[in-house]
Amino acid sequence: MSPMMTSSQNNPASGNASSESTKDPRGISTIAVHGGEARQKPNDAITDSIVCASTFTFENTQSVIDFIQEGQDRGEYGRYGNPSERVVEKKLAALDHAEDAILFSSGMSAIVTVFLAKLSAGDEIVFFDQCYHRSRQFCIQHLSRYGVITKQVKTGDYQAMEDAITPNTKLLVSESPTNPHLSVIDLERFVAIGKKYNVETLIDATLATPYNLQPIACGVDYVLHSATKYLAGHNDLLAGVIVGAKDKLADIRDLRGVLGGVNSAHNCFLLQRGLKTFELRMQRHNENGQKVAEFLEQHPAVDKVFYPGLPSHSYHEVATKTMRGFGGLITFTVKDADWKKTAEVVDRAQMARIAPSLGGVETLIEQPLVMSYFKCTPEDRQRFGISDNMIRLSCGIENAEDIIADLQHCLAVV
Amino acid sequence: MHFRTRAIHVGNSTDRETGAVVPPIHVASTYVMETAGGPQPFDYSRSGNPTRSNFETTIADLEGGCRGLAFASGMAASHCATMLLNAGDHILTGTDIYGGTYRLLHKICSRSGIEVSMVDVNDLDQLEAHLKPSTRMLWLESPGNPLLSITDLKKTAAWGKEKGLLTVVDNTFATPVLTRPIEFGIDIVVHSATKYIGGHSDLLGGAIVTGDPDLGNQLYYTQNATGGVMSPWDSFLASRGLKTLELRVRTQSEAAMKVAEHLQQHPKVSRVLYPGLPTHPGHAIAAGQMNGAFGAMLSFELHGDLQQAKRLVETTKLFRLAVSLGAVESLIEQPATMSHASYDAADRAKFGIADSLVRLSVGLEHPEDLIADLDQAIAAVTG
Repeated sequence: MSPMMTSSQNNPASGNASSESTKDPRGISTIAVHGGEARQKPNDAITDSIVCASTFTFENTQSVIDFIQEGQDRGEYGRYGNPSERVVEKKLAALDHAEDAILFSSGMSAIVTVFLAKLSAGDEIVFFDQCYHRSRQFCIQHLSRYGVITKQVKTGDYQAMEDAITPNTKLLVSESPTNPHLSVIDLERFVAIGKKYNVETLIDATLATPYNLQPIACGVDYVLHSATKYLAGHNDLLAGVIVGAKDKLADIRDLRGVLGGVNSAHNCFLLQRGLKTFELRMQRHNENGQKVAEFLEQHPAVDKVFYPGLPSHSYHEVATKTMRGFGGLITFTVKDADWKKTAEVVDRAQMARIAPSLGGVETLIEQPLVMSYFKCTPEDRQRFGISDNMIRLSCGIENAEDIIADLQHCLAVV
Repeated sequence: MHFRTRAIHVGNSTDRETGAVVPPIHVASTYVMETAGGPQPFDYSRSGNPTRSNFETTIADLEGGCRGLAFASGMAASHCATMLLNAGDHILTGTDIYGGTYRLLHKICSRSGIEVSMVDVNDLDQLEAHLKPSTRMLWLESPGNPLLSITDLKKTAAWGKEKGLLTVVDNTFATPVLTRPIEFGIDIVVHSATKYIGGHSDLLGGAIVTGDPDLGNQLYYTQNATGGVMSPWDSFLASRGLKTLELRVRTQSEAAMKVAEHLQQHPKVSRVLYPGLPTHPGHAIAAGQMNGAFGAMLSFELHGDLQQAKRLVETTKLFRLAVSLGAVESLIEQPATMSHASYDAADRAKFGIADSLVRLSVGLEHPEDLIADLDQAIAAVTG
């Protein structure tokens, strides 16, 4: 590992995310292609190699002792870190203009490790109630078993969030935009609450990505991404990442070494490769999202469209203030449709594939009631704002005309 | 469906066994037979592999052909196409072609009794003058490498057809995003898939596409018999690359145009070769033949000597000194010592590949970052 690290640090042209200044002035694609990578790599290869090693060798006993005593930055055992992983971590940190990033095997592995690293029995967290249902499930079902109290407040109700804070509150959590309602958080207000009560803040920016939102620059302490989505972008790997200041991430990195939710070298390679076209894909996702949302909004069979780029969206103003673009995820409801009629709309899709997940090049379509909330009671669904006639669409990077034609066909059944 | 939609969906059907949205990577070398010798889609991975077949389906569709074949490298693909020829046959080719193709034709095919003539393929009189009764193939590159010469494919294909020749276009530089030679009447398209198709400097590959089913069968027969096939891993990565091909090629072409315009007004630069510049001799043809952009390759000559050109390619920081092209990372090289070193020196001189020529492959970086890099390097070597 060391030759790679050393040459990276010696050369000003390489994106070195962990230096004092985390603000890289270069263009997004320049960072996406070069950020975090050593300028001159082992074997002079233009791309990083895939280091599959589970363990890393020492020349002799003294070098083991030096490693321990000096805290050298080198490989030891795969669970503690791997060069193929480290380079992606640096690139992800550079894209979020943060000091450091830690990669995990999935987005859930990332958030769980953060919670377990930061929270102890008696601690409390407060989060806005619109969120990925598995994040909620972990807090309610599992964190509670360890004596951590989770308080949910209405999304966007900053006073309620403030009121929920007690001396035991350790973390304020929100998604922005939220899934699947696409509500957008006013990060300035969110961060101000954290600062006022000296509580750390975490934003799950999976739907926004660093292209559309820069939470670290707004003062957020931790940014979480399911890198499975837009960051990897090709629906062919799972990954999660937590981004923030190096000292704040240190205990999370240590805990990952204990719990072991690390990613594989092969996935790291695919993620690094996916990131090279990150800006291009995001531009297209944003463009497609806007066009498709506008199409849906004027369609007679569509009731309501949730998309931050539409002036009709409740959070349009705050979205315009905080975001560069609004992504490819759109939620909409079908006019006068029960869940079966809505399912018929979904089932007519010819290009969009019926699947969970989002953020890949392929357009995906799903009905939240069926895909994620099928086992919930109608009361719970109502509480979570999941209506029977709701459809979630993840616009890929196909030509917008083809996505629209597909939806036109889907909606013709209504 | 539009180009980008097809690049994502054609050849990438949902896996029936598992529902996987991305087809699995099939690494098996062999397949269990239902019956001894019985026909089944796959029997041995050299003869056919599901992952390779997916890539072949997509690239054939994007090129507007009916049959695609994937190879271990661009040279393996080119070699397969030349194996359609027999001893005694004659091949006509342009003067601005990849050094590896020059070497294949002059040093390898020649050993099998195949005769080669390099001519200005844009001049029909020249072509007529070199035509022989034994001429069977016309090999073209447009834009050419390294001088970015443009060949009128429609006109040349029609001439080739009239003379009963097999017409081949190496479409590596233009990619099917910008040019689809089959639509102009060309018989065979070859690619180095290592370049824009893969697009990330992390695989080697080649491809052949044809719009003629019989020709497709002949080429497949040779591919299977000689075995230079693309691996399943590289096929997967190449398919993944195709999904962003249009975005990359268009963005990189835009950046190349900006770089070319900048270099053209640079006092230390004597000549810029880029088909997007109105001053380029092939500009008018390129504007009609290339779909909305002119590619991301360009060459230029410095007001200076060989040593300064050599130092220039060693002084850029974002542009890395390396052969190859077409990837997200910008590359710089000196054709005389690198990509075209396999030309005979006399032929380089004859065909206008100056020692001081510098070739750029413009990547995905921000054009302002690239221009700043070139400016600092030019300033450093020209004092």
